[in-house]
Order: sequence, then C-alpha cells, then structure tokens
Amino acid sequence: MKKRIFVLAFAAVLLLAMAAPSMAEVTIEYWQYYYESKVKLIDELIPVFEAQNPGIKVKHITFPYDAFNEQVAAAVAAGEGPDVLNIFYGWLPMYLKQGFLQPLPEKYFTVEQIEERFIPMVNAVKVDGQYWALPTAVRSLALFYNVDHFAEEGFTEPPKTWDELLEMAIKLTRRTDRGALVRQGYGWNVTGQDWHLFREVLLRQWGVAPLSEDNRTVTMNSDPAAYEVLEWWIDWSRKYGVGEEEGRGLYRDSFLAGRASMIVDGSFGIGTISANPNLKWAVAELPVKEIGGEKSNFGSFWAHAITRNATGEKLDAAAKFLEFITSDEVQRTWLERVGELPASRALAQDPALSEDPVYGPFVRGLEYSHATFFVDETIERELIVEAVDKILLLDAPVKDTLDQLVNDLQKVRDEYFNSLEK
Amino acid sequence: MRRGKRLTLRQQQEVWAYAFLGIPLLFFAFIRFYPALSAFNISLRDWSLLTTAKPFVGLQNYRDIFADEVFWKALKNTFTYALLGVPLQLIIGLSVALLLHNIKHWVPFFRALYFVPYVTSVVAVAWVWRFMYQPHIGIINRFLLDLGFEQIQFLRNPSTALYSILAMIIWHGVGFQIVLFLAGLQMIPDMYYEAAQIDGANSWQIFFRITLPLLNPTIVFVVVMSSIRYLQVFSEVMNMSNEGLGGPLNSTISTVLHIYRTAFHRFDMGRASAMTVVLFAIVLVITIIQMKLVTRKYEF
Repeated sequence: MKKRIFVLAFAAVLLLAMAAPSMAEVTIEYWQYYYESKVKLIDELIPVFEAQNPGIKVKHITFPYDAFNEQVAAAVAAGEGPDVLNIFYGWLPMYLKQGFLQPLPEKYFTVEQIEERFIPMVNAVKVDGQYWALPTAVRSLALFYNVDHFAEEGFTEPPKTWDELLEMAIKLTRRTDRGALVRQGYGWNVTGQDWHLFREVLLRQWGVAPLSEDNRTVTMNSDPAAYEVLEWWIDWSRKYGVGEEEGRGLYRDSFLAGRASMIVDGSFGIGTISANPNLKWAVAELPVKEIGGEKSNFGSFWAHAITRNATGEKLDAAAKFLEFITSDEVQRTWLERVGELPASRALAQDPALSEDPVYGPFVRGLEYSHATFFVDETIERELIVEAVDKILLLDAPVKDTLDQLVNDLQKVRDEYFNSLEK
Repeated sequence: MRRGKRLTLRQQQEVWAYAFLGIPLLFFAFIRFYPALSAFNISLRDWSLLTTAKPFVGLQNYRDIFADEVFWKALKNTFTYALLGVPLQLIIGLSVALLLHNIKHWVPFFRALYFVPYVTSVVAVAWVWRFMYQPHIGIINRFLLDLGFEQIQFLRNPSTALYSILAMIIWHGVGFQIVLFLAGLQMIPDMYYEAAQIDGANSWQIFFRITLPLLNPTIVFVVVMSSIRYLQVFSEVMNMSNEGLGGPLNSTISTVLHIYRTAFHRFDMGRASAMTVVLFAIVLVITIIQMKLVTRKYEF
C-alpha cells in the first residue's frame, strides 16, 4: 500500500516535471540603448503586452548609447544577446552582413501589409525584397529659429529659400571687434545634422541624386551643380562666417544658449529644446532652392529587428512583441511621450498632427523625406566629414575632393555588395 | 648532519619562494602573455567580431595595413609624439628636478604640486585641456584675445592639433619624472661635488661631468619608460579629438587609436591584431636599441 502511494506520487512528480516546460513562459529579451523617455515607456508597455499575451515574458535590457555597436558585438561574440534589438536603420546592412538578424516572419508581416501601413521611407530596411526591421517612430529635419533674435532684426517670417536663410544668417551673426564669433546666425556644422542636409536636401534640390535607384552607385558628383552647391554650403562658414563647426551635438547647445539663431535639427531635438523655458523658439519646414522648387528632407528611424537568437516559440513571441510595439496605439503614445513622429501612414496624415505648430513642419517633411540607404553609416559619415574638413581647413580643391569622396564611398559600397554576393 | 639540515632548510625556502613567485607568474601567463600571444594568431585570420567563422588568411591583414594610408599616418604621428615628447619631457623634468634639488624650503610642497597632474585621471585632464583650448569660451583664447592676438583654433587646425595634445601629455607626465630624478639626484654622494668644488670646477662642468653621468641609470629608465608610453599614446588623443577619431583629418591619430578604431568601429580584429603585432615589434626594437645605446657603466 505504502509502496503504491509512493509510486503514484513519484509518477505525479515526474509528470509535473515533464509538463512544466510547456506550461512555462517564453521569455524574450528586448535590447535598446538608454534614452530615458523611451526606456520608461517600454517599461510601461511591457506589462500591457504581457497581459494581452499570457505565456510571454519580455526582459527589457538597456545600455548606454556610447559604443552601441561594440556592446552588441561583444554580447553576440559571447553567444548572448537579444531576441529583439532596437537599431538605427543605417546600421542594418552592417548587421545583415554579419548574419545577426533574420527577416520578419511572413506569418506576421507580409511585404504588402507593411508597405500599405507604413510611410514609404521605411523601405530603407527592405533588403532582398524582405523587411528586416520595423520602426515605431520616425524622424525628419526642420529649421529651428530663435524668435527673439528674429524680432531684434525685424524678421517676421522664417526663410523660404536657402538664399534668404544665408542673407538672414549674415544679419543675425555677431562678432567681437577682433572677429571672434559671439553669435552664429546659422549653427553651421557637418558632424551634426548638416551632413544629411547636404546629401539629401541641398544636393537633391540642386538636381543631383546622391545615390542610384538601386543604391549601388554613389552619384553625388553626377552633375556639375554638385560642386557648386558643396562649395556654396561650405562658404556659409568659410566665406560668410555665419557659423562654424564646434563638434558633434554642439550646434544644438549653441542654439539653446542663444549663441546660434538658426539650426537644422531633427524632431528628436524637440524634447531637449522645449525643456528650456527661457528660450523662445519656433520651427519651420526646410527652405528650398527657389520658391516652388523641389522640396526634400532627410528621414531616419530606429527600428526593431528580430535576431537569429529567436527560434521556435521565441520567434513567435518576438514577432508578436514587434507587432505590438509598432501598432498605431503604441505609435500615438510614443509621439506624446517620446516626441517622435508616427511611422504609420494613417497617423502621419492626421491633420491634427500635420498642422501642429511644433510637429507640423516635421510631419509635412515626412512626405518628401529620403532615408539614405547606408551600407555603413559610421564609415560613410567619417568620409564625408573628412572631405568637408579638407576643403574647410586645408582649402583643398572642391572638385577633386568631391570626386575622391565619391570614389571612397563607392569603395565602401562595392565591398558591401560584393560580400553579400559571396 | 648540521650542514645537511641547513641545505634542506634552504631548499625549503626556495620551494616556498618559487611557490609565491608562481602565483604572479600564473597571472602573467594567463592575463598578459596568453592574450598577447593570441594576437599573433588573430592577425593571420579574417576575424570579425560578429561572425563565428574566422578563416585563416595568411599575411593578408599585413598587406592590408601596409596599404592603408591612415596606418602610415598614425605611425608617423606616433613617432612625432615620441620624438618630441620624450626629449622635451626629459629636459623639463630634469630641469625642474635640479631646481627643486637646490632649494631648501617647501620641497615636499613643490614635489607634490608637480606630481598632482600625474595622479589625476587622464580623461578628466584631457577634457579640461580641451575646454581650455576652445575657440570662444576657452581660457587660453580669451587670454590671447585680451592680449591683442588673434584666436587660435588649437584642436580644430590640422597643423596645431597634434602639438596641442602633446603639450597636455608632457604636462601630465612630467611630475613622475621629476620625482624619479629627485630620487636619482639624492643618490649621488655629496663628496663628489665637494671634491669638484675644491678642484675649481664650474657648475656646467659639475653638471656634465658628475650629475649627468651619475644620473645615467635614472635617465635610462625614464627614457625607456616614456618612449614606451609615447609609442602607446591613446587616451589623450581619444579624449581630445572630436568624437575620439584622432582628427581633424587624422592629424592627431596614434597607432593605438587606429588599432582601437579598426577593432571596435570596424570590428576587424584581424587587421587590428596585425597592427598590434607591428607596433609590438617596433616597441621591442626601439627598447633594445635604447638599452644598448644609453646604458653605460659608471663606477662610483
């Protein structure tokens, strides 16, 4: 008798033990860099998702932005890492090359659905006919200006053309007797947002497409207008002295400190800038070459990608989580809480948003935004900064420098596409 | 019997000594030598940080780095740092030490004063210097403007950036040398100076015939150590150049910074290791030459 009870109990324990794994929850890891408003929001959204999807747990891991790729690389090299990773869209090709990601599963996301639901810019993460990541929110550029400085000079309207911008910037600039810059009329830079401004806005408005349709060829020097606009843009700083490069991110600090009257910045700058109650500022759509001319903008985004770590049940869980954090509801909350623009077509076309005094210029900019297909954003950026520095600091000839830059950028691109074909 | 016992005791002591030596030896073997040796292996492979396959590619990485303009630029800069930094720091360090050696009061105070930079974090010091060099708000440029000079874009101008960083490195490291030289100077017996004075030697003769030769061991040590330090310069450039890239236009990039960028921006550990091996060879050769050339025996 005793023995039978023992056997039964033993069998029950064994059964429970065997059943346990299938009853247990699937835990997926979501990684993003630490950006306070994003981290807080995701922390609040995870319980909502977990309540909707019993059996799935999401572990949220954050790390400092500095050395983002190094951190991820080190984790992957150690055989660890996330199931869902938030990456800058421009780094996607590099991650693809390393084979660290998998395409979004067809079961949850078809190409048609994605293209119907999201604004066209998102196709920057479509490689080989497949989508590899999806954003919750996107960003575009606009012109921020200091309302008090404008009033001082009697300006009532923001500039409509780049010529106007330069003219106004010259008047807004203040220097000491010895020529030291006290206030920049325009916070000119190359390491901030203006390298995007040159590529995707100025070049395009001057009729030069920076890349070929298939993204394989660098065409930044395909028309003589390219040399002209490059030199003119550098001359804002070199010849007209309306501003100068101060180092990464400092253009925004100068604007905040009232040491720059105008800057071109992304929608991600709104949060920091609006946190300064003493600063009177406004936003306008980016100027054009001439009234009625082509509008252009640079769009970019952080996107959630599924890594090759996610297999089986984890893959399903990861896809469901991705579906959730890119839903319209989350996108709306994201705009309110993080200040980034929605990536969904329906939301971007909402007049309440496109007419908003702060978000409006950015949202309207999304319609004509280009998200550059970078093969390696870090290297491409370094090359462009270097080329501009050569002209600015060493007076290198503009034509040779741009031609050399195009060669160098093409080399990076060739290396990337060749490595895919291998 | 007694003799035999003493030997055993000695043997026991030796065993213990080796046992104690063994611990740091193990530490060196696994924490220092093993990773250093594996750099040779990695340098012969196409070793990306992100992929699992690390195929053997022979000397390809070496061919790549020798074809890389930035690597040559980094080597050239590194030698500029070393060839200017080592002698300047030596001269300044020795001069200050001689002055301190000759004063009677407040010596510990001055010694501490010169030593403070050395015990301050390089990163903090680099950023303070970076602010001081700033064109509009930096104290140096404000001073220059007040004196009626034009402002200088110290770190933004490719022809001044390296020297601006070098000045900070010298300032940061000189305190350590001062302390070493002071110790060296105190080791020289006073009777030589007294004898020389009685013989009517002037102060130049005393310096070149007595002080300098008898300081030789200190000088050798200082030159070797600071050469190695300058050849491995990294943190200062990383923190004082924009975005830590060794710019503008690679005018300040050092070999170690280039290695770091290749390894952790480009994830190309193979190429980075190849550069490490080359740098190792350079440091080794230079150190051996210095030991041979500078070491001379002087008898007290």
